[in-house]
Amino acid sequence: MSLSAQLPALQIVVPLLTAPLVVLLKPRGTAWAATTAASAMAFAIALAIAAGVLSGETYNYAMGSWPAPYGIALGIDAFGSLILLLVTGASTLALLGCRRSLDADIEQQRQPLFYAAWLLALAGLSGIAASADAFNIFVFMEISSLAGYIIVAGGPDRRALPAVFKYLIMGTIGATFYLIGVGLIYMMTGTLNLADMEARLGDVTNLDPVLVAAGFITIGLALKAAIFPLHVWLPNAYTYAPHAVTAFLAACGTKVALYVLLRFDFFVFQGNLAEHDIQFSLFLLPLALLGILIASSVALFETNLKRLLAFSSVAQVGYIMLGASLVTVTGLTAGILHMFNHALAKGGLFLAVAGLALAARGLELRQLGGIARQMPWTFGAFVIAALSLIGIPGTAGFVSKWYLIQATLDHGALGIVAVLVIIAGSLLAVAYVWRIVEAASFGEAAAQPDTGAISPSREAPTVLLAITWLVALLNVYFGVRPEAPVELSRMAAEILLAHLL
Amino acid sequence: MELLGYFNYWVFAIVFAIGLYAVIAKLNLIKKLLGLAIFQSAVFLMYITMDKVEGGTAPIIQKGIEGQLYSNPLPQVLILTAIVVGVSMTAMGLAIVVRIKEAYGTIEEDEILDSDHTA
Repeated sequence: MSLSAQLPALQIVVPLLTAPLVVLLKPRGTAWAATTAASAMAFAIALAIAAGVLSGETYNYAMGSWPAPYGIALGIDAFGSLILLLVTGASTLALLGCRRSLDADIEQQRQPLFYAAWLLALAGLSGIAASADAFNIFVFMEISSLAGYIIVAGGPDRRALPAVFKYLIMGTIGATFYLIGVGLIYMMTGTLNLADMEARLGDVTNLDPVLVAAGFITIGLALKAAIFPLHVWLPNAYTYAPHAVTAFLAACGTKVALYVLLRFDFFVFQGNLAEHDIQFSLFLLPLALLGILIASSVALFETNLKRLLAFSSVAQVGYIMLGASLVTVTGLTAGILHMFNHALAKGGLFLAVAGLALAARGLELRQLGGIARQMPWTFGAFVIAALSLIGIPGTAGFVSKWYLIQATLDHGALGIVAVLVIIAGSLLAVAYVWRIVEAASFGEAAAQPDTGAISPSREAPTVLLAITWLVALLNVYFGVRPEAPVELSRMAAEILLAHLL
Repeated sequence: MELLGYFNYWVFAIVFAIGLYAVIAKLNLIKKLLGLAIFQSAVFLMYITMDKVEGGTAPIIQKGIEGQLYSNPLPQVLILTAIVVGVSMTAMGLAIVVRIKEAYGTIEEDEILDSDHTA
């Protein structure tokens, strides 16, 4: 077996096995270095897999060489590789950029444990994207969630604790619902392998338990993915987490749950349950539209910068679900592409926030007065990423919204309503981004300590600044040359829909 | 008879609902966690029920005893994993409750919210 055949397993094994080693690295900075190295290696593996998938390969891996329906299988197609890119990329860039920010948030002696939890979260999230087995997805989901609670609660802000408790309760309910659904399907088919499940469901005569399973799995994963109105755990968890963790999880956390939701719905249920596509659309389309409008409106009145961006994330999940609930190739392409583009935009924004937070006195909008004048470069990157979030032509966000509008216009009167909602959501985004820009550029500067007129350089540390700009420029790059992500998304959409035809 | 035949599933549904109710309705964080544990146990019961084959024994293969009817071992193994996950979840939740008690001096949800709004 060549090395490239082992890539799916290495994708999970590298961070999973580095995690316990990191705990032992007490000397200052070593834990961070090891974590970053493991994460970078995972990113390199994800890049190699994505390159392979783009050239037409699919990765199937039988753990311990036990053949698929009996052994545990890993399988990575275009959709999975896109998610793997997001997860490992977000983790690597957040780690590279936010070392100073993490040093400020986490005490030295707790850092090895924190970084170990980070790697476990990374391993869990990668495992979900790589697994082809319903129960393994549950286990990886719980690994990533448990580690996720630790890194979210790692910060100095005590308000993170009740936020994490809420996250834990809702996350566990979501995962348990998923487990019930998987159990019901196992009861009817006797298999846990997703592909096998799809094939064997065809022979099942009584589909009632499967219908119930579809309900449990959809609701459970919607909780994990923070689909409106099941998003209540998200804003506080994102707001009070350490900034680096927010950049990591905001870019990929909810997308991984969406990935499982789409895979289950399109692989397992759509081909087997009568009229499931209609039930799926009727349930999720209104939630997507309401989510876009309501979460954007809440963001408009939010006064804390991170909370504002968190509500904007809930709205973006709405765009993704809107694309998916159209159940067409264009719609799914748009939704999956928006996962990628939103991760770029939100990742860039939260990296910039991490930079701003190092200098600002707090992240309430009024405390950010005049920050754009003190940190023009950091804030410049923030604005570019924000333009991509809004969907200004020339940025990545525009491309996916363009696809989304094209997809919705195929649907007659309903499509017109959806387009209006997309435009309204984008206008609301303009408004809430403008509030930040206004506060930062024209706001009264927060009272300076009496050390002199203008403090010299208050820019974010060079590395963080470079990473933030890299992500901001990627937003522009993928806005001008979107071929690679569009191709991956289109392949993913076609794979998902192949089971419907 | 139909009703009694599904006895275990009825118990599953009732225990499930009791747990979920406690998670939603109780304000005390420990009670919420207890509700969560009850809720998860219900799912364990569902898995264990579905693996039972009528007249089947424990799935252990022994020399000399062949043609025996066994219960399905797979859900038992799955639920062993799920129990471990459940235990770590409870441990994690309790650890967070301890830290909340240290930081806020209370484990009642409404008092925690109040103290953050006034602070």
